[in-house]
Amino acid sequence: MPSDPRWFQIASLSGLLAYGSGWLGFDITLTRIALTLGGMLAMQYLATRVWALPGFDPKSALISGLSLCLLLRTSEPALVVLAARVAVFGKFVIRWRGKHVFNPTNLALAALLLGGDGVVWLSSGQWGSAAFFAFLMLGVGSLVVWRAARSDIAVAYLAFHALFLFGRSWSLGEPVEIPLHRLESGALLLFAFFMISDPKTTPDSRLGRTLFAFLVAAGAYYLQFQLFLQGGLVLSLVAFSILVPLIDLLLPGRRYAWGQSQVPAPAREFQISDSQFQIPLKCVSPGRAPTILGI
Amino acid sequence: MKLIPLSAAIAIAGAFSAALVPSSAPGFCGLYVAKADTKLFNKASQVVIARQNNATVLTMVNDYQGEPKDFALVVPVPTFLEREQIHVTERKVIDHLDAYTSPRLVEYFDEDPCARRDYPRSMPPGIAMSAAPKAKDAERTKSLGVTIEATYTVGEYDILILSAKESDGLETWLTENGYKIPPGASEVIGSYLKQKMRFFVAKVNLGEQTKRGTQSLRPLQIAFESPKFMLPIRLGTVNADGPQELFVYTLTQRGRVEAANYRTVKLPSDLEIPVYVKAEFGAFYKAMFSQQVKKEDMRVVFQEYAWDMGWCDPCAAEPLSSAELRDLGVFWQDGNAGARGRPTPGGGQNVFVTRLHVRYDRAHFPEDLVFQETGDRTNFQGRYILRHPWVGTADCDAVREYRKTLLSRQRQEARTLANLTGWELEQINAKMEIAALETRVESDGSEKWWRKLWGQR
Repeated sequence: MPSDPRWFQIASLSGLLAYGSGWLGFDITLTRIALTLGGMLAMQYLATRVWALPGFDPKSALISGLSLCLLLRTSEPALVVLAARVAVFGKFVIRWRGKHVFNPTNLALAALLLGGDGVVWLSSGQWGSAAFFAFLMLGVGSLVVWRAARSDIAVAYLAFHALFLFGRSWSLGEPVEIPLHRLESGALLLFAFFMISDPKTTPDSRLGRTLFAFLVAAGAYYLQFQLFLQGGLVLSLVAFSILVPLIDLLLPGRRYAWGQSQVPAPAREFQISDSQFQIPLKCVSPGRAPTILGI
Repeated sequence: MKLIPLSAAIAIAGAFSAALVPSSAPGFCGLYVAKADTKLFNKASQVVIARQNNATVLTMVNDYQGEPKDFALVVPVPTFLEREQIHVTERKVIDHLDAYTSPRLVEYFDEDPCARRDYPRSMPPGIAMSAAPKAKDAERTKSLGVTIEATYTVGEYDILILSAKESDGLETWLTENGYKIPPGASEVIGSYLKQKMRFFVAKVNLGEQTKRGTQSLRPLQIAFESPKFMLPIRLGTVNADGPQELFVYTLTQRGRVEAANYRTVKLPSDLEIPVYVKAEFGAFYKAMFSQQVKKEDMRVVFQEYAWDMGWCDPCAAEPLSSAELRDLGVFWQDGNAGARGRPTPGGGQNVFVTRLHVRYDRAHFPEDLVFQETGDRTNFQGRYILRHPWVGTADCDAVREYRKTLLSRQRQEARTLANLTGWELEQINAKMEIAALETRVESDGSEKWWRKLWGQR
């Protein structure tokens, strides 16, 4: 088994995409999949050159690309390329203490949902409930493979999310089938196992991660059941990701590094590089951000 | 008084035999020959939702066939409704929308194989309520915690807008006022009340109904503003004897509408089926829908039509006029349609129609239907293709080749039909008279080579 768990993630997401487009009739064509993955890899390559990284690493770009294929629905192909750009450049530009603040896919989805003027949507119902167990297996599988303490956030998130759903139905006197049906959602498991659990953007300490999971679950609940917005999970995660640096400051922990032994992170000193990306300080200066993001 | 429970109206339609409406209008995608409308389904409800941003107009079709005095409709609504927010429209508008969005049958005729050798194998794809029940005892109403927020008479209906503190109180009030509330409804009513929803209660004003001089009840419409884009179906599943049928037509500006909390699946389309289906297209549509529901374990919402209202091809009915769309709640048109209000093909009315069809019960659809509008304007229609074999008498080598191809095509059509409907393949083959063609092809194959010589054939 490869030492880097991202290969497992790539295989899992590819399997889900094949299942979704082959059996569940996802609204995505092969051309669109090629455009999304090609766009992500091209942007990653560009970023490698711009930031003079030691080598081109396609893994993260592939993960983000596959996630976008699974989640992003738009009638405008150009927006797929824009999503790729936001995902990759957001990762390099919006950083704090050597960590990128937003999960790349999450940032791209939220930016396009908010700015897409109705031509971008998430098909949260596309999985139905039949895909639930496939997801569960892959999700649990990924927890086992990662063996990383970071996976606790997936479990914590699902627990808080379930708590809110059961709590709501209990207070409204709804039968238990309603929250169970809401939980049997492929979109929810994809979010929990493959997005919020991204170890590079979650708080470093376990307590911090649990707090973060609670906040995101509360936000998603508010957006879905009070404002009746679709895409509540994605929007809530992006909103609370801004608080991660603060949570790390208050509740410091060990920094995560892909495929390597865990190294303690400096608690309060400014860190300008991590194990994957040698980021020159000038590139994270706030002055570059608006020109590159450009949305 | 019989309670019509659903989100929208439960329309109780009588059994209806397939209506085949011949038309000579040639279409780009074959000659349109028939449609299959919603009247084929028993106990089918129809709801039209016109929506832009949070502004929503809901049209509920009552195909109620019983005594008007027994009719009652209870619908949870998200807001209080003023008199001006309630309207009654004509059934024919919804019938037109039904016809326009129905699955359709098109036909092609094979050419003389001797006249043209390059036989076209593949088809072009489809482009791509008596006066409002006076609370006999106002004190009783109050003691039950029920508030009659408003009473209106609209057309042949008496309307009440009710709110209540407790579901038990509302259930008791409804029962005492002659509404038959099914057991178990209290729980569902309670959950809607806790979400601060009101109840829109309609029954027939017999005086007004008599004045109209007709038994039929017209569709009720309500206009309101709410971020909730949903249809409360739970009340309808409380006492249902078997699954219910629901057609939802949405009229939106940007693109098609899909379910947000259930999977939305396109009905199989653009398939070649045996020619004899022309005579039983209604039965085909019903059987096919039932088979697809079974295949998906009754857990999905089917998309039957999604199209820009400006045109159609082939047209099962003409697109709705601007006046008809306005009647159904489309308020965002700019009013630049033609003199007769008829849309111009390709001109676009800024209206996208989606037809969703769902068969549901409590076990498979535990929660209310929630919808979302997408930006997808890809056209989709349920379209089935009949290809008539060539029946001429000309003879040449190409004819024998044609018969071989025809046999293989008809076998495929039979398999497609069996797969779509669950009908027995043997019966389909028998109806298609495939055996006769097989015999003929066999005899073609066994012909002696010398018969082709010296013009003996």
